Amino acid sequence: MSLTVLNAIIAVVIAIGFAALNAAYLVWAERRGAGRIQRRPGPNVNGPLGLLQPLADGAKLMTKQLMIPGGADKALFMVAPVLAMAPAIMSFVTIPFSDVIVAKSMDVGVLMIFAFASLGSMSILFAGWSSRNKYGVMASVRAVSQAISYEVPMLITVITIVMMTGSMNLHDLAVSQAGGFWHWNIIPSLASPLMPVSFLIFFICSLAETNRAPFDLGEAESELVAGFHTEYGSMGFGLFFMGEYANIVIGASLITILFLGGWGCPFGLFPSVFWFLLKIYLLIATFIWIRWTFPRTTIYGLLNLSWKILIPISLFNLLLTAGLLKVF
Amino acid sequence: MGAYFSEIFRGLQSLAIGMGITFREFFKPVVTVSYPMETLKMSARYRGHIELVEDEKGQPKCVACGMCQRACPSGCISLASESVEYEVEEKGETKTKKKKVLTKYNLNFTTCSLCGQCVENCSFGAIDFSKEYNLASSRKEDFHFDLLQRLKERNS
Amino acid sequence: MSAPIHIQPGETFTLNVGPQHPATHGVLRVKLEMDGEYIVHAETVLGYIHRMHELMGENRTYPQVLPNLSRLDYLGALGYTHGHVLAVERASGIEVPERAEYIRAITVEMNRIASHLFWFGAFVMDLGGFTPLMYAIQDREYILDILERVTGSRLTYCYYRFGGLYNDIDDEFIPATKAFIPRMRESLKKYDALVTGNIILQKRLKDIGPLSKELCRKYGATGPVARGSGIDFDVRKNEPYSVYPEFDFDIPVYHECDSFARYKVRMDEMEQSLRIIEQGLEKLPDGPIMPAKKPKLIKPPAGDYYQAVETARGSFGIRIVSDGGKNAYRFKLRSPTYSNMHLFDEACEGMLIMDALALMGSLDLVIPEIDR
Repeated sequence: MSLTVLNAIIAVVIAIGFAALNAAYLVWAERRGAGRIQRRPGPNVNGPLGLLQPLADGAKLMTKQLMIPGGADKALFMVAPVLAMAPAIMSFVTIPFSDVIVAKSMDVGVLMIFAFASLGSMSILFAGWSSRNKYGVMASVRAVSQAISYEVPMLITVITIVMMTGSMNLHDLAVSQAGGFWHWNIIPSLASPLMPVSFLIFFICSLAETNRAPFDLGEAESELVAGFHTEYGSMGFGLFFMGEYANIVIGASLITILFLGGWGCPFGLFPSVFWFLLKIYLLIATFIWIRWTFPRTTIYGLLNLSWKILIPISLFNLLLTAGLLKVF
Repeated sequence: MGAYFSEIFRGLQSLAIGMGITFREFFKPVVTVSYPMETLKMSARYRGHIELVEDEKGQPKCVACGMCQRACPSGCISLASESVEYEVEEKGETKTKKKKVLTKYNLNFTTCSLCGQCVENCSFGAIDFSKEYNLASSRKEDFHFDLLQRLKERNS
Repeated sequence: MSAPIHIQPGETFTLNVGPQHPATHGVLRVKLEMDGEYIVHAETVLGYIHRMHELMGENRTYPQVLPNLSRLDYLGALGYTHGHVLAVERASGIEVPERAEYIRAITVEMNRIASHLFWFGAFVMDLGGFTPLMYAIQDREYILDILERVTGSRLTYCYYRFGGLYNDIDDEFIPATKAFIPRMRESLKKYDALVTGNIILQKRLKDIGPLSKELCRKYGATGPVARGSGIDFDVRKNEPYSVYPEFDFDIPVYHECDSFARYKVRMDEMEQSLRIIEQGLEKLPDGPIMPAKKPKLIKPPAGDYYQAVETARGSFGIRIVSDGGKNAYRFKLRSPTYSNMHLFDEACEGMLIMDALALMGSLDLVIPEIDR
């Protein structure tokens, strides 16, 4: 019993460390990447290549005063940033980084991650509502309607994959794709000819779920100032920021496990954690690349995309796969 | 139905084109100048704040006629002068003559709009634009320049 | 999406956009009465950056007003100073050498491109895309470098003088400008592929923010705003001034009346400005840049003078009433965005806030120019 508790504590500490480190250095990567895309150097003063910039930022955020606006709902206002960070860290517990590196392999791992992902939109709602700011309320309402409409096609896509594999365990999902890239779920097979489309749908949905551009309506700075975290400063803002990047890592991990063969090598040799990390960071680089290329969608454009395009196509794919699985 | 799919396809294509452009830009060299470490050379006509021009003897060319003061739209130039007597040798005899000598030439750079009216109105070429642009301070007194003093410092 | 909505009284809330807000690009304040994300009523509030330029124009001698004009619209300053010198030249009957007029036209068009480039970047940034702004600024910097070498300043130029120019162009101007034209054409192609063709942008702009022809007429809108609504009016063609009749260029007009039409008008105008610059460099005559005979003191005879010019934002008019003295008796500036902005109150009713701010971006407002 005590060993299990110890196990869990170690897992959580590692998860927090991994999430925090990722958040800090993904901000750096994002700023450097954006700089290169815009033909400027990005942060380059603190340390070699600006590598100490996240430390400076962290020190700055932590030393600032935590302001609570007058008339705010204090309890919710304080809980919201924690709620943004905590589910993201919890989700790490069940993600298998390789055959052996996994804190807790669960049979309902996929469901658990989605359950925690929904909690994330709760924190946005809390933040916007409690800060007594009109911009914040508008942004949080947007973010929630966005989260609801994008979870649908995302889950339908996952159902398709779960149906093909017959398991909801992330470990099993990854193992079923082992042995070279031609076994990966993204490659269309006889039973699932529309898999690349599914991948695209899932990718778009994870962009929307993590509130990334071009779907960052919750923090559309040109109309809603800073969206739901307008009133947050200091580490409250820092936690939202870290939560966002932790969510990106989870989104990328999920895509990797569901579609890109998890920790498997593309050529079927030496499966290891190295391949997993390579894949998720390539996906994150794509996220950053997309963010600095496109303008933001509108709220109705976003909902139209989900309800008129993503959901019908993913439903069609689900039915098609179900039918073909019966045939083959 | 065809329009539905063709719109999706065209949309995706336009997004891919955009991403291609940013991808290519990613590998192009940086165009910015890291300012405090590197600086640019100002062009020959750059208009900084004005500066007095000296003659061969190192004295200001200014004759204190006050044209610049009158031409200035913002009234940021103030100058003062005094008459001094000096002796010249003319046709073998020494004569005493009077001339105006500049004693004070102050520029209040906080209100200057760098229009160049003063330089244009000066008939003696006694003022010119400097190339200085690294001006920063938190006190406005730092922008009240004593141009005569600056000229002396430049010469010493 | 911008169909009018009907709501019960007492269900709305007021949202203050500005004076400090990322979308207003300055100190414009918009009081929005909102029903959720829909705008029920809007009211633009001015006066946060009023500097009494008109009164200053009446208190100072004519040459002393010169620097004021470039402080109106800091993005396209040369167009405004051009209007001023033309008005005073017309009033006091000063002949301008042809070379000076050509250089004026070339530099004004370059400034117009710089202004449109900055608008392009800021507009796309309003829509959430940050990178095009950086690309636009790179090209704009190139223009500013050329103009700095000639005029001595980068933003608030004071280059034109009554009768001519402050100084002649330098040796590098012509080769640098000639090198700039193909570079800019290349960039315009890039913007077309990166931004204009982008499906997200098109969805956000097409059929959004309709400004009917009647509305534009009612509020006296000019420039790209009016031309995006099918009004074929450009001062350069309709009331030719300076050397513009010598140039062969088109006035882009779109009849869709939406934000995308206004966007396209400006993008096409940049191409037309390039054509004007190209022809101007070809035809540039030799000669003096200041007239041989010029009155020492500018004292226009008593009378009422008006001169309109086409600036980057529309028709800028300047009216000088002289009583024969060395100051103007009345100095009236008709700024284009003042009229263009007031469309917003009426046009944005019933729109979503996102679309309304896209509409505001497409009007290309420069606040110091509205609030003179």
